Amino acid sequence: MKAFAQLFLSLDETNKTNEKVRILKDYFINVPDTDKMHMLALFTGRKPKRQINTTLMRNWAIEASNIPAWLFEESYHVVGDLAETMSLLMPQNTISSNKTLTEWIAEINTLGDKNEEERKLWLMDSWAMLDGQERFVFNKILTGSFRVGVSQSLVIKALADVAGLEPATLTHRIMGSWMPETYHYKQLVEEQSAGDNISRPYPFFLAYPIQETSEKQRSVEELQSTLGDSSDWQAEWKWDGIRSQMIKRDGKIFIWSRGEDLATEKFPELHPFLNALPDGTVLDGEILSFRNGLPLPFNVLQTRIGRKNLSKKILEESPVAVIAYDCLEYAGEDIRTKTQSERRVILERLHAATPYPEVFNISVMIDFNTWAELAAKREQSRAMIAEGIMLKRKNAAYQVGRRRGDWWKWKIDPLSVDAVMIYAQKGHGRRADLYTDYTFAVWDGDKLVPFAKAYSGLTDVEINKVDNFIKRNTIEKFGPVRTVKPELVFEIGFEGINRSTRHKSGVALRFPRILRWRHDKPKEEADTLDSLKALLGE
Amino acid sequence: MAKQPLLEFTDRGIYCSKGKFYIDPWKPVDDAVITHAHSDHAYWGHNRYLAHHLSKQVLLYRLGEINLQTIEYGEQVIKNGVEISLFPAGHVIGSAQVRVEYQGEVWVVSGDYKVENDGISTPFEPVRCHHFISECTFGMPVYQWKPQLMIFDEINSWWRTNLNNDIATVLVGYSLGKAQRILQNLDLFNGKVYTHGVIENTNQALRNNGVQLNPTERITPDTPKDEIRKGIVLAPPSSVGTPWMRKFGSYNFGYCSGWMAIRGAKRRRAADRGFILSDHADWDGLISAIDATGCEKVYLTHGYTATFSRYLTEIGFDAHEVHTLYGSEEEAEVKDDTLNEDKNNTHAVGGDLERADTP
Repeated sequence: MKAFAQLFLSLDETNKTNEKVRILKDYFINVPDTDKMHMLALFTGRKPKRQINTTLMRNWAIEASNIPAWLFEESYHVVGDLAETMSLLMPQNTISSNKTLTEWIAEINTLGDKNEEERKLWLMDSWAMLDGQERFVFNKILTGSFRVGVSQSLVIKALADVAGLEPATLTHRIMGSWMPETYHYKQLVEEQSAGDNISRPYPFFLAYPIQETSEKQRSVEELQSTLGDSSDWQAEWKWDGIRSQMIKRDGKIFIWSRGEDLATEKFPELHPFLNALPDGTVLDGEILSFRNGLPLPFNVLQTRIGRKNLSKKILEESPVAVIAYDCLEYAGEDIRTKTQSERRVILERLHAATPYPEVFNISVMIDFNTWAELAAKREQSRAMIAEGIMLKRKNAAYQVGRRRGDWWKWKIDPLSVDAVMIYAQKGHGRRADLYTDYTFAVWDGDKLVPFAKAYSGLTDVEINKVDNFIKRNTIEKFGPVRTVKPELVFEIGFEGINRSTRHKSGVALRFPRILRWRHDKPKEEADTLDSLKALLGE
Repeated sequence: MAKQPLLEFTDRGIYCSKGKFYIDPWKPVDDAVITHAHSDHAYWGHNRYLAHHLSKQVLLYRLGEINLQTIEYGEQVIKNGVEISLFPAGHVIGSAQVRVEYQGEVWVVSGDYKVENDGISTPFEPVRCHHFISECTFGMPVYQWKPQLMIFDEINSWWRTNLNNDIATVLVGYSLGKAQRILQNLDLFNGKVYTHGVIENTNQALRNNGVQLNPTERITPDTPKDEIRKGIVLAPPSSVGTPWMRKFGSYNFGYCSGWMAIRGAKRRRAADRGFILSDHADWDGLISAIDATGCEKVYLTHGYTATFSRYLTEIGFDAHEVHTLYGSEEEAEVKDDTLNEDKNNTHAVGGDLERADTP
């Protein structure tokens, strides 16, 4: 654990990418292979099962720290991270431990068989033999909130270097579900084919955004000079659903979400069509709610995400279908290096053969001859229930990760309203102890009605100023929430708006965020609930 | 009828109506007693100033021509029958607690303080009193300082690593207090200490005041980059990310502050290294200092006042939150131009925007 804690600390202590890679390589070279795999699992979001619930852990930490519970809560709001709060409040350790990461995780995994008293004893003993930094990462592992400020691609770059592999190969080999207990470092680095694990998805290829603001749209000339001739590109609508990879191999089917969660059971409607695909097929596409052959807004799909049990009612009210837009494997062969156009032909062939055309859709190619024509079509996105347009270079391979060059997303302007900030709460992580989570309201007569929460969109300087304003203009405190004097006006952008019975305002927004601080607007000139509802487009 | 308290909290500062003077007022007044020279305690525009000897040159440097009387720790000044004396606060060189006595009733205003002996400021001395007005910048139990020796070991070994890698070392800390504390604890066998102009001016003011400081060299446009890389640079927070700092080429910058105890705060500063080094008392330090005064009532002026006063009340103190414009967590974060207005500092060399000299 010492090496792992030091790794975490060293990564925290530099902002330089090269230095981070060096630190990671150093770690990989110096720890046993089993530790490498555990580290890889933790750094790529494969957390061990949570064995002690957070409430119990919190209570025991309060006991170990010997402070009142309310003071622990206050401290948590200041620190913005539970694992760190616990670690900071406990007395210093007097003994130390040389157990490796692998040994610690093995111990954690045996907790399932222990009763509450035994777990508590184990935890108290463990805390007493770990220093501050070790305790912090240990708590992070236990609370399942393990996140590091290092991208997966850096970890892979470092390990690929150590193992003498291509990063893309390694990225592929760590996709999907595996356990560090059973997937060994030797297996990972030995030459092998992807077929060893029939459920393994390919790394997703992600589009780069075409950056523009509402004030400054990209001109046709800019598109021409950046992207070249429009005839080199295919255009599709950009759907707002769940990006997924669908696999049929050896008679078995697997559905993976972008977050590498196995979601096969969440979409039973898709099973027949997937089972009907030829073995050795992998599709990339979007899962959306559909009715009568038309996609429904994301909030319909949202009602079934996160449900453990899909009731008959939900399946009826929010049926899903797929819009596939790529084929990564065909007849058991990885075809990612074929061109976009070649893969499209294969996709169309698969689509033509499906007995389930109402569930297996393929994305329609937008017909256009010039950039100007496409720009005009983009204006129809909202009517198509699309977020904008996807541009894909016809001769491009299917690549790994987010890359600039061959896949672009060209989203439409978000909807927006001017709203007044009325509540604020402290943030987490690097925004700990700063008021960064705001609730916004619009006017309904002479009352302000809250309608959205937003966290992002301000610069650090602006955040400091708003934080300062909040601390000086608090009307009331409710636990961690402050009611703030309504005065500051912000332009709030969002991707979509729908009716909601669960919200006071009667509407629910999709992806609300702060577009800018309207210093120029007094609160009286913020928008009204009526103007917000007018955007419902009913 | 309730007796009028000896010290009151007004919208100009802490006021003694019997003695007709203010302590650390933030609006212009006739008579001001100043705990220390940080800009949230020593404002410009008062008619008369009273402070400790060791604050003299820094106050003159920061506030220009002012009518200033300075005294020694323990020395007594009587204003309208009220006895005023200063006691060491251990916060920065020349920082003082102000003891006010009238007809046997004693009040003490802490200003900012720390209990650890930093080897350069006169160490904090608890003063028995009936009423104690205390800061609590770090009044949260998550703030627990390690002895400064450990921190300076970390700093010196980090500096050595940078020297070995041929990278410039920039250490950021407030120009009055932190900078000198660091300076006196650097391992000068490693190399030379270079200073940003704002820090060097403060050093100069302190030297003029008779304070012995290790040798430093002011960075000028002519200072060779290669030489700087063989030493260490002391810089104020306002210089972070400025062209001034970028001209060192490849550099590693460390930030010395109590806020570095929290990972989030550290990441927000985007410093290469955060060193937990504060000129304020930590949680245990605050409680022990308050306890040592034997006070009947304690008033908390800035920092985590709500939480800290609630906790003090629970453990048996008669604690109260008061509103002032001192330091406090909020100012600590703010560094924008508007803050320079109160300073009105005719001598300042561009860019020193720090205000509440927070850790």
